[in-house]
Amino acid sequence: MKLAYWMYAGPAHIGTLRVASSFKNVHAIMHAPLGDDYFNVMRSMLERDRNFTPVTASIVDRHVLARGSQEKVINNITRKDKEEKPDLVILTPTCTSSILQEDLQNFVHRAAIETESDVILADVNHYRVNELQASDRTLEQIVAFYLNKAKKTQSIDCQKTMKPSVNIVGILSLGFHHHHDLVDLKRLFNDLDIEINQIIPEDASVSDLCKLPKAWFNFVPYREAGLSTAKLLQKEFNMPYVDITPMGLLNIKAATYKIQSILSEFQCERNYDEYLELQTKYVSQAAWFSRSIDCQNLTGKTAIVFGDATHSAAMTKILVQEMGIDVLWAGTYCIDDQEWFRAEVENLCSKVVITDDHNIVGDMIAKTEPNAIFGTQMERHIGKRLNIPCGVISSPVHIQNFPLSYKPFLGYEGTNQIADLIYNSFTLGMEDHLLDLFGGHDTTEMLTSTLSSDNLVTWSPEALKELMKIPGFVRGKVKRNTEKFAVTKEYNVISLEIMYEAKEKVNS
Amino acid sequence: MTSAMQNNTTFECETGNYHTFCPISCVSWLYQKIEDSFFLVIGTKTCGYFLQNAMGVMIFAEPRYAMAELEEGDISAQLNDYEELKRLCLQIKKDRQPGVIFWIGTCTTEIIKMDLEGIAPKLEAEIEIPIIVARANGLDYAFTQGEDTVLAAMAHRCPDTTTKQKAIAGQRNEITIFGSLPEPVVKQLSHELKKQNIDIKGWLPSQRYSELPSIEQGDYVVGINPFLSRTATTLMRRKKAKLIGAPFPIGPDGTRAWITKICNVFNIIPKGLEERETDIWNNLEEYISLIRGKSVFFMGDNLLEISLARFLIRCGMIVYEIGIPYMDKRYQKGELELLAFTCNQMNVKIPKIVEKPDNYNQLDRIRDLQPDLVITGMAHANPLEARGINTKWSVEFTFAQIHGFTNAHDILELITRPLRRNTGLKNISSNIYVANESNI
Repeated sequence: MKLAYWMYAGPAHIGTLRVASSFKNVHAIMHAPLGDDYFNVMRSMLERDRNFTPVTASIVDRHVLARGSQEKVINNITRKDKEEKPDLVILTPTCTSSILQEDLQNFVHRAAIETESDVILADVNHYRVNELQASDRTLEQIVAFYLNKAKKTQSIDCQKTMKPSVNIVGILSLGFHHHHDLVDLKRLFNDLDIEINQIIPEDASVSDLCKLPKAWFNFVPYREAGLSTAKLLQKEFNMPYVDITPMGLLNIKAATYKIQSILSEFQCERNYDEYLELQTKYVSQAAWFSRSIDCQNLTGKTAIVFGDATHSAAMTKILVQEMGIDVLWAGTYCIDDQEWFRAEVENLCSKVVITDDHNIVGDMIAKTEPNAIFGTQMERHIGKRLNIPCGVISSPVHIQNFPLSYKPFLGYEGTNQIADLIYNSFTLGMEDHLLDLFGGHDTTEMLTSTLSSDNLVTWSPEALKELMKIPGFVRGKVKRNTEKFAVTKEYNVISLEIMYEAKEKVNS
Repeated sequence: MTSAMQNNTTFECETGNYHTFCPISCVSWLYQKIEDSFFLVIGTKTCGYFLQNAMGVMIFAEPRYAMAELEEGDISAQLNDYEELKRLCLQIKKDRQPGVIFWIGTCTTEIIKMDLEGIAPKLEAEIEIPIIVARANGLDYAFTQGEDTVLAAMAHRCPDTTTKQKAIAGQRNEITIFGSLPEPVVKQLSHELKKQNIDIKGWLPSQRYSELPSIEQGDYVVGINPFLSRTATTLMRRKKAKLIGAPFPIGPDGTRAWITKICNVFNIIPKGLEERETDIWNNLEEYISLIRGKSVFFMGDNLLEISLARFLIRCGMIVYEIGIPYMDKRYQKGELELLAFTCNQMNVKIPKIVEKPDNYNQLDRIRDLQPDLVITGMAHANPLEARGINTKWSVEFTFAQIHGFTNAHDILELITRPLRRNTGLKNISSNIYVANESNI
């Protein structure tokens, strides 16, 4: 057992449902107890979906416990087949069905005899994989299923398109800014004069999957979903893939050169140098912005980065190599992808943090005291408590991270958005500090909070009053140093005198 | 579909394929109510994910709740449940020093038959903190019934040692009320009863675990919410208390009926209640004029449906269907009678009550009936709005203050909000926002 207050990645079935509900006309049936269909609420609320989420539950209740599901799952599948006429029904196991160990595969076989639609069982184990791994796995599974089906009917289409073309793999519902990113990816490929063959799974039809091999190559914008599919297509159809996330100027450049070299293998010589130069100089403001004196003031400022592997690695690269900011440490909760992550950021920051425990992240932030945080919603709230500004760069997210306005993180417009995000985070911090310095609005009695709960020493009222006079952005440090000093000297109460003594003895 | 007739009320039962919250959600309001508590939900990532998202920003406020997340070793019994729980509870004791720890059993602990009730007393003695076990799982219960399982478990802990002294004072008009309400509402209702010369001996739950009321044989108890049937049963059977079966104090009509029923038990003739109710109705007229003659459809997910429907019928609305997860006809008897009475009084047919509804069929009926308002869960709200159907998110009724005379206003504020809002939006565009109307 693990004591947990918060988790970065959700349970496996969420990943499967995100993939299923991204496709057009695919219905997922969860084998789950009442109340496990919370996914529908998230999709309806966070994405403000106008349509009913194509997910229903085959409810596991007391009767199912006693007698097994028997015909229930099959009836629910065939019923849904008649009601909604989906192309595909995905039976989705949950943590509950994992332990019941019913033969779901058998239900799928039996239901498939009666249904017009295809039926498959999502091959994910709740106790082994998380949401992200499950989404990657499910997408691969669906693609493989339809490629096999097409092979059998010999309807597979391997004829490459006339012009260079690409499949974009891994745009999902409830993904962090995925829909905005897609717009900018389309623009990027349009600029590179590359046709888009298919985008999966978002709004894709499963009956078109047999045309995937027509593309010259695959493009995987996010490591968390799509890599397995790209590898499958490489193995089966010898299709090359690009897995460099075009987030930040350097990454866009690297991805473009990779594309250029793939095209040249197809005897299609392209030179994107001029395009990249033009975009970097004029379309993206980020390069010029880094050069402008605004950004000069960011030199030597410290930050920490935490998020999924894709966004955390790209953000670290942008902060260090494109803006000259000192990243104290970078981390990810994608533990299964840690080797890649380490390799990406190792030379950019002094420490790499791999954990899915938000307490560790919180303590690290409190200890390192960066000027700004770039993380998930959890880090934003840690930042609030510690008075450190935070820019949200990765899931898990809130409704505010599903903005109506166009806010991509990828592509050249993405670089502008990110530059704004970074600059605003730091200036907000500066404004706060200036307000404090000039005796601004700080009327709260609350001390700058530390995350450690052990209060070994107390403060006398006078000392506390004095502490409040110290500007907020150094108050935390002064408080901690004084406390540390008091502990080593074995003082129980910090009086005004001890505070001064600490100030003299400790170099803060 | 099975039907039964009782007092001209039609009860139906569908497939139970409906959307509702998992009963472990009761943690979110109970940890706030019981100030010295800590709630440990023993379940999987799925449970944690639900709570994390359903509780929204509350989760960042260091709530006194946590998951004991079961790992593969726990499922296959490679790890010892007792040792594991001991380790976690000691950590909780060290970090938070709670007055009581609640263990919330989930679907998983049911399936693997983890003996929480057996482990708790042993561990309780060892770590010296009371441990209360409530099985609030999705196999058996829906949403608000979670609170019912917790309160039923707490009822066992109510002290009953003071019997002898009380025997003499037993003549006083004293009742104990069960059901978790925000403190302001507790004060308001206490005040209403005080005016009728009725004392409140205690509330279950109290604000702190240490203040749990004593319940003795023969004490009168009354429920505040329609979903507390297990608690009622426990108080009657285990504590030998006498249950006052009354409608629930939701809406001025419900509140008056609730107080009147309590007064009847003590042979008190209620004072000034009729005037009080009339005053409230008069003050509500502005809202009522907006909904009079309009139709409403309850999809059903929190068991407040009968009481709310009864109130809305009294407001002049037409109720097409009352969906409800679970219908305890004995515990809700008073409420059902008031519903029948109200329908008679307002000269409308008693709406059919659909237990364990089927959301898909309900959407079909909604499409046919085109009600003016659908009270539904969040999963259907936006899609229905996009199809031009006004919706009110049902979960808000569980969190808003809706009990007593004073808060009738709040119920109508919620009910009329979509109607008021959408009148204001008429000029933007048509109210249909989906391309393909064929499949609602």
